[in-house]
Amino acid sequence: MSEKKATRAVYGEMLVELAEKYPELIVLDADLSSATMTKGFAKAYPERFLDMGIAEANMIGVAAGLAACGKKPFANSFAMFTAGRAYEQIRNSVAYPGLNVKCIGSHGGLSVGEDGATHQCLEDLALMSAIPGMLVLNPCDGNEMRQAVLALIEYEGPAYMRLGRMAVENVTDSVEGYKFEIGKAAKLREGSDLTICATGLMVQRALSAAGLLEAQGISARVLDFHTIKPLDGEALLAAARETGCILTTEEHSINGGLGSAVAAFLGENCPVPVVRHGVNDEFGRSGKAELVLAAYGLTDEGIAMRAKDALKLKA
Amino acid sequence: MTTRQLELIAARGRRLGMEMVFRAASGHIGGSLSAMDILTELYFEELRVDTAAPRAAGRDRFIMSKGHCTPALYSILALRGFFPEEQLALFRSIEGHMSGHPDMVNVPGVDMSTGSLGQGLSAAVGMAIAGKFDGADYRVYALMGDGEIEEGQIWEAAMSAAKYKLDNLCGIVDVNGLQIDGKTADVMPSEPLDKKFEAFGWKVIKADGHDFESLRAALAEAKAEKGRPSVILAKTVKGKGVSFMENDAGWHGKAPNAEQYEQAMAELNAAVAKLEVE
Repeated sequence: MSEKKATRAVYGEMLVELAEKYPELIVLDADLSSATMTKGFAKAYPERFLDMGIAEANMIGVAAGLAACGKKPFANSFAMFTAGRAYEQIRNSVAYPGLNVKCIGSHGGLSVGEDGATHQCLEDLALMSAIPGMLVLNPCDGNEMRQAVLALIEYEGPAYMRLGRMAVENVTDSVEGYKFEIGKAAKLREGSDLTICATGLMVQRALSAAGLLEAQGISARVLDFHTIKPLDGEALLAAARETGCILTTEEHSINGGLGSAVAAFLGENCPVPVVRHGVNDEFGRSGKAELVLAAYGLTDEGIAMRAKDALKLKA
Repeated sequence: MTTRQLELIAARGRRLGMEMVFRAASGHIGGSLSAMDILTELYFEELRVDTAAPRAAGRDRFIMSKGHCTPALYSILALRGFFPEEQLALFRSIEGHMSGHPDMVNVPGVDMSTGSLGQGLSAAVGMAIAGKFDGADYRVYALMGDGEIEEGQIWEAAMSAAKYKLDNLCGIVDVNGLQIDGKTADVMPSEPLDKKFEAFGWKVIKADGHDFESLRAALAEAKAEKGRPSVILAKTVKGKGVSFMENDAGWHGKAPNAEQYEQAMAELNAAVAKLEVE
């Protein structure tokens, strides 16, 4: 097992790595460069780094102007402020005119930990997915983040990507045949009784939960939804037909994120039981990240328990 | 161009804008009439633009941050030759793509999609920074309303423009003193605008927004300023050119009825005719 690393750390390294190849890459931040990990880029390429101060709305608008002139801006803050504070700027100044701005939300979800509810964004995937034409990414580990950034810089158009604060284990690098492709869920584990659709740091937990379930004689497929939008309908249809029920798990509100998208898609295309595991219409709270996740049931055991609820609904 | 020629273009623009709003039975005529002379000076004297290549990399950019004033912007773009005047008939219509607020994807000559107030200046800052990066000599202009600048984002953008010493950026405020709910002085006092912009690190220039020579001098002064952005505070009359619409907040976003339209057009036609004779 490789050393644990936060996806934000890998993201920060990738910006530096890509700087020479992409002279149009401009990085913006809103006074959080140490936390969002854009500091490395700022140090290496100060002339291409814009610290816009604690003013996210303007940061997004400036990024829109840069994109309109052919630059490739990556605008960074915490998920709460990128997707939340600057929601309307992203909608109207970036997405409506289809500008090539990459909106990055670090510190998504409960794993922000000690800072508590005001900084634990549980709605970013919902907000960003609601905007027409937005690409919405939420990579689960360093390996996946690396490939996501490579894909994102080549992608032309408005996009949002969530980064995590907490160090996480690399899991995708050891999966045979793993390939990152925007809009395609990665099958990390085969299974026949149910499918667990996971995103972000719940992917590692879903894999562990699948192990727990296996010990109880339950075979769980695990799909890694690094792309929330566009949703991989093909993988979902196969999962529904082949395993007959679905559990979604995300470090996000169960409303509007992966779970909602999966339930809506399958309800319309191949109705099977869908159980949504995530944060239940609540705010977060302060605490050590791992303890906060546990308090909300976002654990291996929590997933396994809800998996059994899903199985019970299976005809 | 002579002042008389510019006055004639603006008079025609006012007439086109009025036709657009009447035909669509909706739209923002008051602020469009106040901004018409500013837009005329910009598009017929100041901006380096090419109607044959509306997206040329080296062009000057104009952002209508007070995006609701499409009756002015679209009229002037049509008169300048970005698209045929007939296209104005599709303003706010489901039959076309002449949307109520500026749309950079579908309307030739529009440099930024705007409409949600307070966002245009930020995009202008981004374009000006891009110009500095590239060592390009284009300039960026953003027209704001004096009601619009109640939005906090304008002041975020103002701070950032000063930080990056954007002397290739020129803000213009259409100071007509009115917003939807009434006088800006009553709704949310924003004066003294000169002191505010100065405090934010901008060069402040005052102009008469209905006097082409005054506007031209202000724009030249802005262009000559080095090391900081400039803002022109252009004093205007909301509803300018139509007697019963002047200085009346009620005409912010209301279309005239048939009778009012006839009266308005009589005044606007007379203004055009007078200038045509001269």
